Amino acid sequence: MNTPGLYHILFISTALFFIGVYGFFTRRNLITILMSIELILNSVCLNFIAFNKYVWPEKLDGVFFTLFIIAIAAAEAALAIAIIINLYRSHNTIDVNAAEEMKY
Amino acid sequence: MPELILILLIPIMPFAAFLLLGLANGNFIKRWAGAIGTGAILVSAGAALLTAYDYFFVYGGSGGAYRKILVTEYEWLQFTPEISIKMGLLLDPVAVMMMVVISFISLMVHSYSICYLKGEQRFNIYFSYLGLFTFSMLALVMSSNIFQMYIFWELVGVSSFLLIGFYYQKPSAVAAAKKAFIITRFADLGLLIGILILAFEAKSLDFEAIIGQFGHGKSASVSTSSAWLGISTISWAMLLVFIGGAGKSAMFPLHVWLPDAMEGPTPVSALIHAATMVVAGVFLVARLFPVYYFSAPEILNLIAYVGVFSALIAAIIACTQTDIKRVLAYSTMSQIGFMMFSLGVSGFGEEGLGFTASQFHLFTHAFFKALLFLCAGLVIHEVHSNEVSKMGGLRKSMPLTHISFLIACLAIAGIPPFAGFFSKEEILLAAWERNKPVYWIALFTSALTAFYMFRLYFLIFRNSNKHLHQPEHREGSAGQMVPLFVLAAGSVVLGLIPFGRFVSSDGRPLATELHLVFSIAPVLLAILGVSTAAWLYNAPGNRPQEVSQRLGNLYKAAYHKFYIDEVWLFLTKKVIMNGIGKPAAWFDKNVVNALVNFSGNSTIGLASKIKKLQSGKVQLYGMVYLFTVIASVLIIIFFINRN
Repeated sequence: MNTPGLYHILFISTALFFIGVYGFFTRRNLITILMSIELILNSVCLNFIAFNKYVWPEKLDGVFFTLFIIAIAAAEAALAIAIIINLYRSHNTIDVNAAEEMKY
Repeated sequence: MPELILILLIPIMPFAAFLLLGLANGNFIKRWAGAIGTGAILVSAGAALLTAYDYFFVYGGSGGAYRKILVTEYEWLQFTPEISIKMGLLLDPVAVMMMVVISFISLMVHSYSICYLKGEQRFNIYFSYLGLFTFSMLALVMSSNIFQMYIFWELVGVSSFLLIGFYYQKPSAVAAAKKAFIITRFADLGLLIGILILAFEAKSLDFEAIIGQFGHGKSASVSTSSAWLGISTISWAMLLVFIGGAGKSAMFPLHVWLPDAMEGPTPVSALIHAATMVVAGVFLVARLFPVYYFSAPEILNLIAYVGVFSALIAAIIACTQTDIKRVLAYSTMSQIGFMMFSLGVSGFGEEGLGFTASQFHLFTHAFFKALLFLCAGLVIHEVHSNEVSKMGGLRKSMPLTHISFLIACLAIAGIPPFAGFFSKEEILLAAWERNKPVYWIALFTSALTAFYMFRLYFLIFRNSNKHLHQPEHREGSAGQMVPLFVLAAGSVVLGLIPFGRFVSSDGRPLATELHLVFSIAPVLLAILGVSTAAWLYNAPGNRPQEVSQRLGNLYKAAYHKFYIDEVWLFLTKKVIMNGIGKPAAWFDKNVVNALVNFSGNSTIGLASKIKKLQSGKVQLYGMVYLFTVIASVLIIIFFINRN
């Protein structure tokens, strides 16, 4: 077997990205939407790693960015879950369509 | 030299009283408002008397003439490098004389009002308004700049409005206040335009600069350089300025507000609508007299005829009115007409007898007219009515008021040796020397004056066969009687002042002498007027009705004030309303409103269309965001590839 090249990894990350986008648009459950966002973030991380490894192997910038993104994703997940819990308390549901009071 | 602090004290004290009484709301202030206001005016009047003494006897004269002294001045607003509005204090004989009259009469009226308005709900507000009026009137006469004077001119109008409408629960008082304000405001428009033209022509707004430019014999060529309708620009300006003065001074045909203004409290009528504010027009003409005389002689001539005509019709109307205060109001208008035409016929310098006489009459008139109004106030308090038919025989229950009223009547009728005799003689003499037609009308009017004043006197105090009321208060309290006595004493002795020595058109003392032969005709006519009044009104039977029936239409026209109010109503309601008001309203409704509504409605329509975008659905927002990003990336790539 050949070792996987840059294009394989880019394909996987693109696929992950659009799976995440699809999930973001179609799911109604806020937890699932949050998971979709994580998928999108992970696809971006994968991109950074792949480009770092195949294009500038002597540098570490991509790895650092990935670490940043993981940290930010953790913080974001904590915030999002706090929001979801509050929504559940007030609306008794975590359906995203239930939270549309902020309109005209 | 003049002491600035002393002079500043004169207008500042009433202003301080106005602020204190108007803003403070404590019970203490409310109870003592009268005393506080009177105290402030007392200080002001004392300072005014001191200043007058200093001016006339210490520092004012130099080289045989009284100078104009600019006490202080600072620049307030600058429009162009040449024209700027300055605020200053200018002392000249006329201003000093006015200062004394205003603060003194105001002091009398303050003292009188304490008892007159006791128990009134808005006691402190009344005194605060009086303070505002006194402040603005004093500042008006001391102004060094015509624009500064205009500011105080309007303030005087406002305080007059506030005081006429003091009994604001009475619809007639509200209507009268509005009428007075609108008419004088309308006239002030003329004054403002006149001031602007003057400023444009003279390149200055200072009285001294304007008089320096147009107030001497050499200026005629300058002013006639540009003309419109055969009258020079400067004459137009002076005509417009006179219209402003005529509005304030109730000259025909702008006099209709003055009789209605009697709806205000009686002391206010004494102060504002008899002694001080209504002579502001005379003061204005006197201030600018050199300009009128040298640069606008035709306007001065017009002033003479307007003045004498106003004096005549006011005197005729006064003979027929039955409301005591209205009679006094028309008599005020008539006397101001005397002052006006006296200025109008006056010459300058050696010939300036008319000027001196006018100011002299202003001075004496302030005393006896204020006295008449204050007496009328007591009488109205006693019988609870303004109608003379409800009065009669009051001399028994109010002997002191009766004596005061009689003295004032004698003074205004021109019976020697009371004050009015001297000033009126001078006016008649000035008219005799320079304008015969005016003299004959004035002579007739002064006989009428004696008649209508004594008609009032006999109807109120004599004619004792009527007992229509039970005496209640009898005389007024001490605070009311003392001003009466002071003013009565003034009406007796003030005529002996050699007025020409102090106030004259060019500042130089003017020798005025009494021509005994000349005085015979006016005095005889006055006595004839008095005896006619006595024959008609101090006798049993109904002679007055018979005479009025004999006079027929003339009496009816005079009783209805020659229908001048109706003419004004026709002009404003029919002509101006239908000719200008209604088309303007149509334009406003159908063009201006339509434009505004269109812009509003189209915004609302557009907003209701696009507000759907803000749906509150997070996923929709996300989708819009995503496709926007994709589209922009595609566009950017497309443009990059093209280059």
